[in-house]
Amino acid sequence: MENKNGMKTVEDADSNDDNTWWWVVHKGIAASFLCISVFALLVRVAVSLHPYSGAGNPPKYGDYEAQRHWMEITLNLPAKEWYHNSTTNDLSYWGLDYPPLTAYQSYLHGLFLRSFHPDSVSLYTSRGHESYLGKLLMRWTVLCSDALTFFPAVLYFAAAYHSGRPSRRKSNIAWHITMILLNPCLILIDHGHFQYNCISLGLTVGAVAAILSNRDLVGCVLFSLALNHKQMSAYFAPPFFSYLLGKCLRGWSPLFEVSKLGLAVLGTFAVVWWPYLHSTEAVLKVLSRLAPFERGIYEDYVANFWCTTSVIIKWKRLFTVPSMKLISFGATVSTCLPSMVQQIWAPSKQGFLYGLLNSSFSFYLFSFQVHEKSILLPLLPATLLALEEPFLFRWITHYAMLSMFPLLCRDQLILPYVALFALFILLYYAPGGRQDTRRAHFPATLKSFVIAFLVSCSLILHIIYLTMRPPKKYPFLFEALIMLLCFSQFMLLAIYTNTKQWMLLKHSTVIDKEKKDH
Amino acid sequence: MKDPKKQTPITTHTSPYNPITELTWFALVVACVKLLLAPAYHSTDFEVHRHWLALTRTLPLSQWYSDNTSPWTLDYPPFFAHFERFLSLFARLVDPTIVDLHKGLNYSSPSVIIFQRISVIVSDTALMYGVYRLTRNLESRKRILICVLVVWSPGLLIVDHVHFQYNGFLLGILLLSLSFLEEGKDLMGGFLFAVLLCFKHLFAVAAPVYFVYLFRHYCRGGFVRGFGRLVMMGVVVAVVFAAAYGPFVYHGQIHQVLRRMFPFGRGLCHAYWAPNFWVFYIIFDKVLAFLLAKLGFNIQAPTASFTGGLVGDSSPFAVLPQITPLITFMMVLLAISPCLIKAWRDPQPRMITRWVAYAYTCGFLFGWHVHEKASLHFVIPLAIVALRSMEDARHYFLLSIVSCYSLFPLLFEAQEYPIKVLLLLLHSILMWFGFSSQFKTTAAKASAPGQKRGDKVGKNWSSSTVAKKGGFVVRWIEKSYLLGLLVVETWGQFLHPILLGNRFPFLPLMIISIYCALGMMYSWIWQLRWIIRSR
Repeated sequence: MENKNGMKTVEDADSNDDNTWWWVVHKGIAASFLCISVFALLVRVAVSLHPYSGAGNPPKYGDYEAQRHWMEITLNLPAKEWYHNSTTNDLSYWGLDYPPLTAYQSYLHGLFLRSFHPDSVSLYTSRGHESYLGKLLMRWTVLCSDALTFFPAVLYFAAAYHSGRPSRRKSNIAWHITMILLNPCLILIDHGHFQYNCISLGLTVGAVAAILSNRDLVGCVLFSLALNHKQMSAYFAPPFFSYLLGKCLRGWSPLFEVSKLGLAVLGTFAVVWWPYLHSTEAVLKVLSRLAPFERGIYEDYVANFWCTTSVIIKWKRLFTVPSMKLISFGATVSTCLPSMVQQIWAPSKQGFLYGLLNSSFSFYLFSFQVHEKSILLPLLPATLLALEEPFLFRWITHYAMLSMFPLLCRDQLILPYVALFALFILLYYAPGGRQDTRRAHFPATLKSFVIAFLVSCSLILHIIYLTMRPPKKYPFLFEALIMLLCFSQFMLLAIYTNTKQWMLLKHSTVIDKEKKDH
Repeated sequence: MKDPKKQTPITTHTSPYNPITELTWFALVVACVKLLLAPAYHSTDFEVHRHWLALTRTLPLSQWYSDNTSPWTLDYPPFFAHFERFLSLFARLVDPTIVDLHKGLNYSSPSVIIFQRISVIVSDTALMYGVYRLTRNLESRKRILICVLVVWSPGLLIVDHVHFQYNGFLLGILLLSLSFLEEGKDLMGGFLFAVLLCFKHLFAVAAPVYFVYLFRHYCRGGFVRGFGRLVMMGVVVAVVFAAAYGPFVYHGQIHQVLRRMFPFGRGLCHAYWAPNFWVFYIIFDKVLAFLLAKLGFNIQAPTASFTGGLVGDSSPFAVLPQITPLITFMMVLLAISPCLIKAWRDPQPRMITRWVAYAYTCGFLFGWHVHEKASLHFVIPLAIVALRSMEDARHYFLLSIVSCYSLFPLLFEAQEYPIKVLLLLLHSILMWFGFSSQFKTTAAKASAPGQKRGDKVGKNWSSSTVAKKGGFVVRWIEKSYLLGLLVVETWGQFLHPILLGNRFPFLPLMIISIYCALGMMYSWIWQLRWIIRSR
C-alpha cells in the first residue's frame, strides 16, 4: 500500500525532466525500481562468478566455509546444541558466533542445499567442501536473501523517504535507489567475499523506512530482528533508542508509549530466542559466543582509532583485555552521546538519519573488536543520505572501498573491485541522474585541489599495493598507510556529520521561530 | 529546489550533455558489466581465438591456412587473421605463453582469460562508433534508446562476452558501412562492406543487396558518369580483396585459404538446430515418415540419428528429398529477390538498413549450416530502424526477445542461467519503457498539437487509453506467443526432467528450436510484407 501512495505523490512532481534518460524513470518509483533492481541483480550474479574468501585454502578456508559449516551444524543438530561445544559441534572450527536469527537462516539455506546437493552439508564429511554446484547453490542463497530482504526494504525506504521530501524529481529518486542498490562495498562483501550482510542491513533499512513513515512499532520489530541477525547492528541502536525515546517523551503519555515499544522489542527477542529461554545458563552460553572478547581489540588493519594509534601507543601491551573493554566502551559511548542527546532533545527524521551515521561511525572508530567489513554499517546511513550529502557519500564510499582493498586482494577479487568501483563512479555521475542543488562551502579551487590530492593519494596507494613489495622490516607497511589515510578521512567525516546533526537543531529552531513569527 | 529555474520548454530535447558523452558513459557502464562477466563459462571458441593468436604470431603468413597444430584451424578470411596478429602484439606482452603455438594449447590461466575478454570489450568500440554515426542526426531520446538497444543487446552480451566471439566488432563495421550508405556516401559504404567481407565471409549474404543498391544508386546519372562510378567502385572493392587475398595468391596458398574458409561436408543444420525454416522441413519429414509407416508403407529409417546425424554427409531424411547447399543457395536468393527488385526500382538510402537486415534474415532462415548466432546479423541492424514507427517497434520487441531466447542453449551451465535470464528480462523491460515513452509522447503530441505535453496527459494514463491514442501496445497474439516462451522454458528446465527424466534428452532443445523458428518466420514475413508495401 505504501508503495502505491508513494507512487501517486511522486506522480504529480515534475514529469517533464529534460534529460535523455527520462524514459527509464518516467513511470514512477516502482517502475524505475524494477529496472534498477534487475540491473543490480545482474551485477550481483556477475560478481558471484568470482572467487569467494578462502577458496581452495585449507585448513580454515574463509567466511564461505564458515557459513557453509553453520548450515551443516544447524541442519544436523538440534537447536539447543548449536552454540554448545561438544564432540559433534567443535566450536573452535568456525563455531556459530552470530545470534539465533543467523542460525535459523543457515538452517533454511541448509535445507535448500541439502535438497540439491546433500554432500555439501553432511555432518563432519562436508568440512572444507568445495564444488561447482556447492558454490553455485551457496551463491544463490545470498542472491535470494538479498532479493527478498534488502531489495524490498530499499523500495519501502525510497517510498517513505521521498514522500516526505519537498523536491520529488524522478531522476533524483532513481539515482538514489541506484546508489543504494549498487553500493560496491556491500556487493563485494556479500557476493564476492561471501557473507549475508544484506539481511541485517536490509532489516535495518526496513526499520528506518518504518520509522520515517511513523510506524514505530514495525520499526522496533524490524530493528530487533536485525539485531538478532548480526549483533553488529547494535551500531545503530543508540539513534533508534534516542529518537524513539525523544518522540515518546513528546507524546501524550510517555510511559505508555515507551512500554509499548519496549514490549514489541522484548516480544521479538523472546520469539527469536525461544529455544534458549528455558534456562539462564543457555542464554548466557549463547551470549558468550556473541561477544568474542578473546579476539583482541581489533583485527588485521582496520581503519579505526585503536588500530591506527597502535602505531604509536601499544594498546594491547599497555592494558589488559578487561580494562581495554572498559576504555573502548567509554570512548564509544562518549563519542555517540552528543548525537543521542540531540535526538532526545529534538527528535527529527533527518536528525535520526544523521544519528544513524554518527553512532555507527563512533562504534566503527572506537568500539572493541572491529573488523574491516564493519565499515558497511556507517556506509549504510551514508547511502540513505546520499541525496542530501552527495559529496560525503562519494567520499565515504571511496575510502570504504580503499579500506577493504587489502582484504579483497587476498580474496582475489581485484577484477570485480575495479569494475564495481568504476561502475559506481559512472553511476554517481550519471548524465541527468542527480541535479546538484548545493553550493560549495569552500573556495572552489582549494577544495578541488585537496580532493584531487586525496584521490590521487588513494589511487597511488592502490597501485603501490598491487605492484610493489613492502620492505622486509615492515611487511605491513602498505596496509598501515592505507589504514592511516582511511582513518583520517573517516575521522574528518565523523566530525563533519556530528556538527551537521547539531546544526540541524539550530536550523529547525530557526524555522520554528519563523513559523511562530508568521 | 532549483527545479523551477531548470524547467525548460518541453519541445527542446537538448540535454546538457553532448551525444558522445552520453554514449561513452553508457558504453562504459556496459563495459563494467562485461568485465564482471570475465570468469563466466566460455565455449571452445575461446580456445579457437587463442590458438589463432598464437598461430598468426609464430607462423609466417604463408603457413597461416595450412597449419594443423590444433583442430581449430583458421577458417576466417585474412583480415581477421591480421586482426588476431595485431592482438597478439599485446598478448605477447601480457603473457608469452598465450602466443606459444604448442605450449599455449588449451591454456586457461587468468591472464589469457582477462586478456581475451578485454580484447573483445575494447574491440566493441567499433560497434559504439557505428551506432554513434548511424544515430547522430536523431533527436537525443531516440538516439539514446537505439544506443541502449544495440549496446545493451542481450544477444551480443551472451555471444560475445560469455560464449566468446568478436561479433560486436564486426557488426560495428557493418553499422558503419550502413551509416555511410544512409548519408549517401556510397563509395565509403561499399568499401567498408568489402572490408567486412574480408573479416568474416558469412556477411556475404547481403552482398546481392549491396550490389544492386550500389549499382542503381551510386552508378547512375548517365551512361558515362555511371560507368565511371562503376569502375571506381569496382577498383575500390578489388583493391580491398587484393589486399586481403593477394599475399596468399602470391604464396600459392589461395586454394588452401578457400578450402579452409568453405569447409564442405558439414550438414544442413548445426548440432543445435538454429531456429529456421529447415527445422520445419525436418519435422515434416519425421511426421510424414511416421504416418506413412503407420499406413503400412515400407519406410527406411534414415541412417543418421535424430540429433547428431544432422551433422555429416549422410541423408537424414526418410521421405522428403535431400537438401543440398545449392538448393539452400537458390532459396536464399529467391527469398531476397523481392527486396532486390525494390532496390533496383527505387534505391533509397533510408531503406538500405532494412534491406540488408532482410537479406540476413533470409540467409538465416534458408541458409546452409546456419548457426543460431547469425540471428544477431539482422537483429542489431533492425534496432536502428526500430523507432521509425510503432509497427517497427512492435516487431522489434518480439524479434529481439525471440532471438535472444534462441541463444539460451549456448549457455547450458547452471552458473550462467541467472545471467541469461536477467539479461533478457532487463532488455525486455528497457524496451518496454523505451517504446512506450517514445510512442506515448508522439501520440500525445499528435492529439494535442501546439499544447504543452504536461502532467495532465501523464496522469490519467492507463492501458486502455494507450490503445486508443496509438501508444505502444503488444497485440494479444504476440503477447501470448511471448508468454509461450515462458512455457517452453519452464518445460525444458523443470517439467521435462521431472516428468520424463532422462528420456528424450533432445526434446527441450528441439522445442526451443521449433518455437523460436515460428517467431523467426513471423519476423521474416513481416519484413517481407513491409518491404513489398513500402514506397
